[in-house]
Amino acid sequence: MSKHIETRDLNVYYGEFLAVEGVNISIAARSVTAFIGPSGCGKTTFLRTLNRMHEVLPGARVEGELLLDGENIYGTGVDPVTVRSMVGMVFQRPNPFPTMSIRENVLAGYKLNGARMSKSQADDVVEEALMGANLWNEVKERLDKPGSGLSGGQQQRLCIARTIAVKPDVILMDEPCSALDPISTLAIEDLIHELKQEYTVVIVTHNMQQAARVSEKTAFFNIAGTGKPGKMIEYDETATIFNNPNNEQTERYVSGKFG
Amino acid sequence: MSSPGDSPSSTAEPAETSASQKRSLAEGDSRGVFGDRLFSTLALLAGVAILVTLAFVALFLTVNSTGAIYQDEEGLILGAFLEYAYPLVVGTLIASLIALILATPVAVGVALYISHFAPPRLSKTIGYVIDLLAAIPSVVYGAWGMSFLGPALVPVYAWLHENLGFIPLFAGTPSQTGRTILTAGVVLGVMILPIITSVCREIFIQTPKLHEEAALALGATRWEMIRMSVFPFARAGIISGIMLGLGRALGETMAVALVLSPGLLTASLISSGNSTIPAEIALGFPEAPPGSERQAQLIAIGLVLFIITLIVNMTARWIVSRHKEFSGAN
Repeated sequence: MSKHIETRDLNVYYGEFLAVEGVNISIAARSVTAFIGPSGCGKTTFLRTLNRMHEVLPGARVEGELLLDGENIYGTGVDPVTVRSMVGMVFQRPNPFPTMSIRENVLAGYKLNGARMSKSQADDVVEEALMGANLWNEVKERLDKPGSGLSGGQQQRLCIARTIAVKPDVILMDEPCSALDPISTLAIEDLIHELKQEYTVVIVTHNMQQAARVSEKTAFFNIAGTGKPGKMIEYDETATIFNNPNNEQTERYVSGKFG
Repeated sequence: MSSPGDSPSSTAEPAETSASQKRSLAEGDSRGVFGDRLFSTLALLAGVAILVTLAFVALFLTVNSTGAIYQDEEGLILGAFLEYAYPLVVGTLIASLIALILATPVAVGVALYISHFAPPRLSKTIGYVIDLLAAIPSVVYGAWGMSFLGPALVPVYAWLHENLGFIPLFAGTPSQTGRTILTAGVVLGVMILPIITSVCREIFIQTPKLHEEAALALGATRWEMIRMSVFPFARAGIISGIMLGLGRALGETMAVALVLSPGLLTASLISSGNSTIPAEIALGFPEAPPGSERQAQLIAIGLVLFIITLIVNMTARWIVSRHKEFSGAN
């Protein structure tokens, strides 16, 4: 189910522009890892390389290796579509498919994988995924209503349900709470705690308290200046990063002296 | 909750009013009021002008077409008029339908290629070429259809008749000039292609990146992504595009008048025969004496076309507004 991630000298380019340079990181299975850092430092870019989503932009490419349980997802002959079905992603703004009902949204990934299933099987998948996303009790009476009719926090949990319905190995979250109010944020953070029992979770956040609350390990990214590549400065236990970082830049960032 | 939002403006107020010699809030500020009024009046006039024009056209058509339905000597002759009108209505619909069936898949495909598949530079070029198609005058299309496409299709019609002759559509003697309703439909299809393409392209491009990425992140291929995010988003736009194209096809005069050698209504698409309302009006009007029953008849058939177009547009609106809840607009 859950896989560990390892990168070796990973460089990310947009065309000729080197956006992120030389990342070596090892993310354990069944854990929550947070990426923090100032805007534009490449943490979202790096997150998107973990499921090859950055390739959606023309000219984006990667050098180096990214191993998912030892298998290079950038190896020749690897289809990004396969990678993305194993590494799910939750976006900054909730994005349920507006034309689909709540139920159809949850089953969207299943339909892609071409799985044929009976109605009762589909019901089970929907219930399990919505339970897993702590949304079942709120929506079980209106599964056939459009997903876009839910509140922002519910929509985001619906997106998480959609992601876990296909049972991925890794779940990536790109600032999943930045568009949500504090109550919904709390609901999502609780959910992340539960998700790590089964999945490898990687989360990008601008909120350092959030990183401290949800993650076991934290990576700090920084950028030397405009036009320079972003780098991973420090990667350690979350407690170490926030209380006792080794690097001076990390220290300055987490203590609020810049960024 | 709202008080913190309000407070900065209320604190800023005194400073501003004292600068402009103390005026109470109720007195208001007259800056920009004139421009505001002027613009809203202009907008209102523009809206009214459209309605008035439409009303006059409808009135003109109705008044002048009474002669086709009522004659002093014969009384009400509705039956005779319907007998005259229905082959033309059916012919118009057949030609437009052929055009739509041919043009829609091509237009959607081209629009998708431009918006989602082609490299940026190529997609721009193709976009220009498609727009250029729209700039060709319809008389040129007519001439092309009559003198080139028609003769070129003659062997195709012969083949269709030989192999698919058991279908009533391809029964009958194949035309030797190729100037049939099918040729007219093909020409109309080429003419409405750029309309549908450009509407679809504009809509496809506007698909929110967020929805496209949602599909891709679930492991969708490009085609699956298009089916999951682009088509549902663009559905209303595609229908509007098709309806715009249909409107053009229904009303197109010159091309059909040149291409088609008109005749009686027949089920066969490949033999000469059939006619459309605009072609009938264009060919018949110059020969109809003013004030005669014939002229009234032609105007009445014009009114029928007006009503058909109206129904087409209203149906399109209805289709678009259905499932508003699921449209993605909210």
